[in-house]
Amino acid sequence: MVKAIEAQGIPAVHICTIVPISQTVGANRILPGVAIPYPTGNPYLTRNEEVAMRKKMLLTALKALSENIDSQTIFD
Amino acid sequence: MNKIKYVHYLNQFYGQIGGEDKADQTPFIVPNSVGPGKEIEKLLGDEGEIVATIICGDTYYGDNLQEATDTIIGLLKGLDFDCFIAGPAFNAGRYGMACGSISEAVYKNFNKPAVTSMYHENPGSEIFNKEIYILKSGKSAVSMRKDIDKLVNFSKRLVRDEYIGFPDEEEYIPQGRRINVQMEKTGAVRAVDMLIKKIKGMDFETELPMPVFDRVRPAKGLETISKCTIALVTSGGIVPQGNPDKIESANASKFGKYNIDNVNDFIENEYITVHGGYDPVYALKDPDRVLPLDALKQLELDGFIGKVFKYFYSTVGNTTAVSSAKRFGEEIGQDLRNNNVDGVILTST
Amino acid sequence: MKLEVGRVKIKDAQFSEKTYIEDNVLYINKTELRKYLMEDENIQDVNFEIAKPGESVRIVPVKDIVQPIYKVSGPGQVFPGWLSDVETVGEGVTNLLDGCAVVTCGKMVNFQEGIIDMSGPGSEFNSFSKSINFVPLITPIPGLEKHPHEESVRVAGLKTAYYLARASKDVKPDEVEVFNYDPINESSNLYPQLPRVVYVYMIQSQGLMHDNYVYGLDAKGILPTLISPTEVIDGIIVSGNCAAPCHKNATIHHINNPVIYDLMRRHGKEVNFVGVIITNEHAMLAFKKRGAFFTNKLARLIGAEGAIITEEGGGNPETDLMLNCKLLEKSNIKTVLVTDEYAGRDGRSQGLADVTIEADAVVTNGNGNMLLNLPAMEKVIGHIESVETITGGFSGSIHEDGSISVELASIMGSLCELGYERLTTKLK
Repeated sequence: MVKAIEAQGIPAVHICTIVPISQTVGANRILPGVAIPYPTGNPYLTRNEEVAMRKKMLLTALKALSENIDSQTIFD
Repeated sequence: MNKIKYVHYLNQFYGQIGGEDKADQTPFIVPNSVGPGKEIEKLLGDEGEIVATIICGDTYYGDNLQEATDTIIGLLKGLDFDCFIAGPAFNAGRYGMACGSISEAVYKNFNKPAVTSMYHENPGSEIFNKEIYILKSGKSAVSMRKDIDKLVNFSKRLVRDEYIGFPDEEEYIPQGRRINVQMEKTGAVRAVDMLIKKIKGMDFETELPMPVFDRVRPAKGLETISKCTIALVTSGGIVPQGNPDKIESANASKFGKYNIDNVNDFIENEYITVHGGYDPVYALKDPDRVLPLDALKQLELDGFIGKVFKYFYSTVGNTTAVSSAKRFGEEIGQDLRNNNVDGVILTST
Repeated sequence: MKLEVGRVKIKDAQFSEKTYIEDNVLYINKTELRKYLMEDENIQDVNFEIAKPGESVRIVPVKDIVQPIYKVSGPGQVFPGWLSDVETVGEGVTNLLDGCAVVTCGKMVNFQEGIIDMSGPGSEFNSFSKSINFVPLITPIPGLEKHPHEESVRVAGLKTAYYLARASKDVKPDEVEVFNYDPINESSNLYPQLPRVVYVYMIQSQGLMHDNYVYGLDAKGILPTLISPTEVIDGIIVSGNCAAPCHKNATIHHINNPVIYDLMRRHGKEVNFVGVIITNEHAMLAFKKRGAFFTNKLARLIGAEGAIITEEGGGNPETDLMLNCKLLEKSNIKTVLVTDEYAGRDGRSQGLADVTIEADAVVTNGNGNMLLNLPAMEKVIGHIESVETITGGFSGSIHEDGSISVELASIMGSLCELGYERLTTKLK
């Protein structure tokens, strides 16, 4: 889906755990998720810690959307 | 038995009106067989006849794809025919494109069997192979006799609705569909057979060639992200309680679009996950773990982004076919453009 | 390790006052069996049905299928870690009730449960339509949570399989096969000219409803390890997996693992079967990588020249499959992958979620998205309404006349990626 959206000129970042699949299918902006059942979560943290972690992840995601890239890039 | 009524498509050369000098000929129809069509009728004997031949210049067709197709469809309206054949086009690229294009159009418009023939490297064979049959021909007219023989026999079987086998044995361009077939040996035995061959350096055939995924050119990066509208999309199946659009837990046939104008956080029980492919326990407790609305709304408040788009989109990625996902992406992308959304964060499980 | 497998063919099954086998008919005392299963306090009630090949019967929702097996002699007992101690099995004599299977059914635990049709077009897609299926229908105590519900049903299936097969204790098997798994240095000396083949056995381990157990241990926590093929026949791998019914490995698939059987039958003749490496399919990328590196190293250490790799499930496990393939091929170990596809209803979609260029030898067990229209059956064992919620079903699946439209994904074991059935996909 991410590819089809980016193809229309809207930058899209894919947060996913299984990065190799996203790479193979061809997403351009990839951000590794935490784990399959909770890509933007972590049940082992307290709620506040979790939200803070999410914000940090999203800031990286925003960075991914702001960059001009010319090929597949994994943002860590 | 009734004679099968054929319509035959030919380019300017085989239609015997000229060479390159007539390549811009507009399409016209004659009520009889022409050129190779005469040979076709001989082969058909009592079983069939060519009731009309459409002749069109290759350059005209190539430069005016839509008009040429429309004109020819118009010429055929009201005509009583049972089958449409085009070519053979051999390795002539423009001719192959025309044959493929018009065969597909006739099939779609009149729901009559349509078949053409061309060399497997002809560009037309990659584009129009999906809905109609493209028989494999030789590279040049040297094999004309053999190729029209195949065309005649195959077309008769299509008209009679007979079973058509697999591309290798029947010598047509694969239509790109994976079909389930029962074998004599189990998958396990076939695997051991294949491994023994591979280790010994013998020839073997894989049952599933690796696909090649196309690449998309990256969009331009967002310049002033603090002024941008960002949308959230997920394949993790986050939906409002009750799953109002009944999105399936696997092989989703649709996506949902949900208003989050007044929602700042996905709360347990107000939003759920319907994705059947992962342990839902964590997402049910806090759906933000799959779609981070709370954090994004906070970033909006803090001024890192302009706005969170007031809708989010959700579907389920569990066993959903790649072609469906592509379609969802295209529709969602279109909707986002119409709403001036600048960027997308998409989460998957 | 030497295991003698005795097949006692079962031609019919009936309820009776005593449980015994005579003239290839299995007689079952359901009162005694019910008492045994109800020792589990989480089970409120158990009923039993018998479904025979050719009958107009649909069984749904099916949770697990278990091969009745019983160890007649040798260390340990079948299903170690569940019904017996964790002693190493795979030696001695084990009896198997051939043509008979235990099919657990009852109130749905989770929506990835499947269908078995005993006749009609649906029956062509798995071997279970050709076996005499003994179906315990299990009702949990009210309010029982998913986890313990699943475990109760799982264990009840194992108990039933053991209980039924125990009746063959003094019965002379109709067919006997003897399998020898030699220590690796011995087999090298015995068969120096035969290609050394290892079986890389991937089992799913991703959390609730997607778990498997080895000697009772949750496979989530294992590092890839070497086991004897004969251990698998004695039921060391138990399925707690409710992934899509078409391609999750039910316990019976593990016990009757066709890759193991074929390699063992060809051992010493066409191949030198050096062993089985079991590995898991974890939900986190780091674990997938760790597993793949470990498997590769083990395969190299035992001197494998070729490897068969079977997958379980689909989607992210395809990454494990491709990682295993890539690493082994780079170590010059030739691989054959055994998988299935989701190629869309029209068969035009890319069927795998992950690919790698080294995967040039693949066996596919079919496309799970194929749409089937199955006629109504005279009798339904279980709950027909579950068809709309299970994988491969959808709202509108059940028609007024009782016929159903479902994807092949809903038929138990139809695409089993151990290569259990005979389906493949061809390009048309």
